[in-house]
Amino acid sequence: MEIKLKINGINKEVTIKDGEYLQSALKRLGFLNVRKGCETGSCGLCTVLLNGKPTLSCSTLAVRGIGKEITTLEGESVEVAKFAEVLTDEGADQCGYCSPGFTLTVIAMKRELESPTIDEIKHYLTGNLCRCTGYMGQLRAVKKYMEVK
Amino acid sequence: MFTIKQHLMAQSIEEGYETLVKNRNNMILGGTGFLRLGNKNINIGIDLSNLELDYIREGEDNIEIGPMTTFRSIETNKLLKENFDGVVAKSVEEIVGIQLRSVITAGATVASKYGFSDFITALLSLDTHIELYKGGILSLEEYLSEEKVPKDILVKIIIKKDGKRAAFKAMRNSKSDYAILNCAVSCLDGEYRVAVGARPGRAVVKIINNDELINNIDKKIEEVVDEMKFGTNMRASGKYREMIAKVLIRRSIEELK
Repeated sequence: MEIKLKINGINKEVTIKDGEYLQSALKRLGFLNVRKGCETGSCGLCTVLLNGKPTLSCSTLAVRGIGKEITTLEGESVEVAKFAEVLTDEGADQCGYCSPGFTLTVIAMKRELESPTIDEIKHYLTGNLCRCTGYMGQLRAVKKYMEVK
Repeated sequence: MFTIKQHLMAQSIEEGYETLVKNRNNMILGGTGFLRLGNKNINIGIDLSNLELDYIREGEDNIEIGPMTTFRSIETNKLLKENFDGVVAKSVEEIVGIQLRSVITAGATVASKYGFSDFITALLSLDTHIELYKGGILSLEEYLSEEKVPKDILVKIIIKKDGKRAAFKAMRNSKSDYAILNCAVSCLDGEYRVAVGARPGRAVVKIINNDELINNIDKKIEEVVDEMKFGTNMRASGKYREMIAKVLIRRSIEELK
């Protein structure tokens, strides 16, 4: 099936198999940071933004991306650089495996929530599992990036 | 592995329905978050996402939820937060993560009668009806009591706006995990509707009248729990669930008093 997807603001013609998920289509197109981790929809590694909303690309059929703005890490380079700096400042950069999905979720959260509490931040990020489990450093960085006390 | 041989973007509910009944391996696709974990070989996957079935609307005396509405929309919807003490919105907020809730749909969960569903339990504590394309409108309780999932399309979830107060509780081993047991209780005019799900079977509902609770709340709850069956699976034993149920029902009722 030939479909058109708008990825990071650029229209692309994509050939997909019926029933193919967005994650594998994106990977084929070279977006290698859209990773697949758990295969059960619970780790958040494959997160992309669909019309700005954090969405599991491993559980979203590629056809459901038609007519929507699909954003991967490459499409948010300015915010990604800002967050990466805060993250490294806090010494919270670890193996990096969860970083793309985690970073996109943090960026979406900053746009969606106004001065969130710590509990609201944790609730928003529950779907992002970090295998290194260094959550405390990450949380410090997120708080700093979100500009909350 | 789950496979779809052919994907159909239905242009109307009628087209979706005709395709559905043509072959037993044709299926309606919801969010496909749970479906993809199974081993189904789907002949034609029928996609309803172009039919504007993603909405939460306020009618004169009810709230209508379209089947393609995602759990994230339900969680953040103002109307659902403001009615019934927000029980419907609260019931979905601990389900895995925000990214999964942006994918999974209300219609697929309800139509498939998932036993582990927190959402169904909350709906069941309220006066909820569903509309099937061919089967018409029936109460959720009636729909769940039928063993089979019918070859039909769920077109709408209808919750009566009758001013019920309600509470939702679930027991999980860790946040965002599946519930070991869930419970939703609503209250109106001295009548408590007690819904319990993840037993691990489908949610069931029992009625308790306020006057039955005076002086013997624990005994009454015990009676209600005795009428429900609790099963054992890898998450918990039936006995454990039964004990948890009593606590969650009691806490819910206390909250509503």
